[in-house]
Amino acid sequence: MIILIFAATVSIIISFIADKRKTSEGLKRGLKMFLNLLPTLLTVLFLVSVFLYLIPEKAIMEYLGTGSGFLGVMTAALVGSISLIPGFVAFPMAGILVSRGVSYTVVAVFITSLMMVGIITLPLEIKYFGKRAAIMRNALSFFGAIIVGLMIGLFL
Amino acid sequence: MIDKKLLKDYFWVFLFAIFIIGSLSLGFKPGLKVYANFSQFFLEMITFLPLMFLLIGIFDVWVPRERIEIHIGHGSGLIGMFWVILLATVQPGPLYGAFPVAYVLFKKGASIRNIFIYLGAFSCMGIPMYTFEIGFLGLKFWFLRFIFSLLVFVLIGVIMEKYVGKDFKVMEVK
Repeated sequence: MIILIFAATVSIIISFIADKRKTSEGLKRGLKMFLNLLPTLLTVLFLVSVFLYLIPEKAIMEYLGTGSGFLGVMTAALVGSISLIPGFVAFPMAGILVSRGVSYTVVAVFITSLMMVGIITLPLEIKYFGKRAAIMRNALSFFGAIIVGLMIGLFL
Repeated sequence: MIDKKLLKDYFWVFLFAIFIIGSLSLGFKPGLKVYANFSQFFLEMITFLPLMFLLIGIFDVWVPRERIEIHIGHGSGLIGMFWVILLATVQPGPLYGAFPVAYVLFKKGASIRNIFIYLGAFSCMGIPMYTFEIGFLGLKFWFLRFIFSLLVFVLIGVIMEKYVGKDFKVMEVK
């Protein structure tokens, strides 16, 4: 994290030296993105806070932890497929969940299915690609996300 | 007058604030515990999230997206695949943001396989996202997910091409 803060600061300084106008344009864009995401971020942080209060650490370990197995992975895949959370919010949330005992496999399955599978956006996807292709792509991505998570579980 | 959009965006945040303030003043235990969680997470986030977004903004103005788009469609083989993945990586965003671009790729003659690889790459990869993934889950996690998701969505592209057949079309949606 410290390396990232350092890298960000250095990049911004280099960018500023190279081109002042471009840099201020970029900073403005970044700030705007942050402000746009802030309400979503606050809402998700609050819901995670409530979730972690309601569900004791033991239960999290048991159902979503390293030993949770099939049930934890399926829960993560289903929740990830249905939700529409931007990555910029999902990663902070995933970081919190890992620190509270959720396994890397479960988090990886959740994030990958969140990104690749879109049940809510499926009607829109069908308009572009047709029913057959859209459903197949989502089905393959669903299993793909589970495979990605299981593979990560082998190493972490 | 209060901005309507702002009111809508912050509706839930506003409700939570009332709940928290209520809990604090009444000493409502569960509310206090939720607040303790929340304030810890919030402080962790607020110290570096703004900086990361500034970095993303800087990245955004320096990446020559148009120059990459020129190459799309040229060659449907491995080189075409390389360009669609590169294009996807510099455009972060939710999956549905990729659909209109997929239509453009289709019009420009990208292969079916590469169109689906683009969808996978767009949703999974993204240089701005990487800063978040590395920051919150670590370099090793990022690297493993990068490799395995790349393998998975390339494979999905290959399967999709076989599955949908030659008369597959991407429709324009307005």
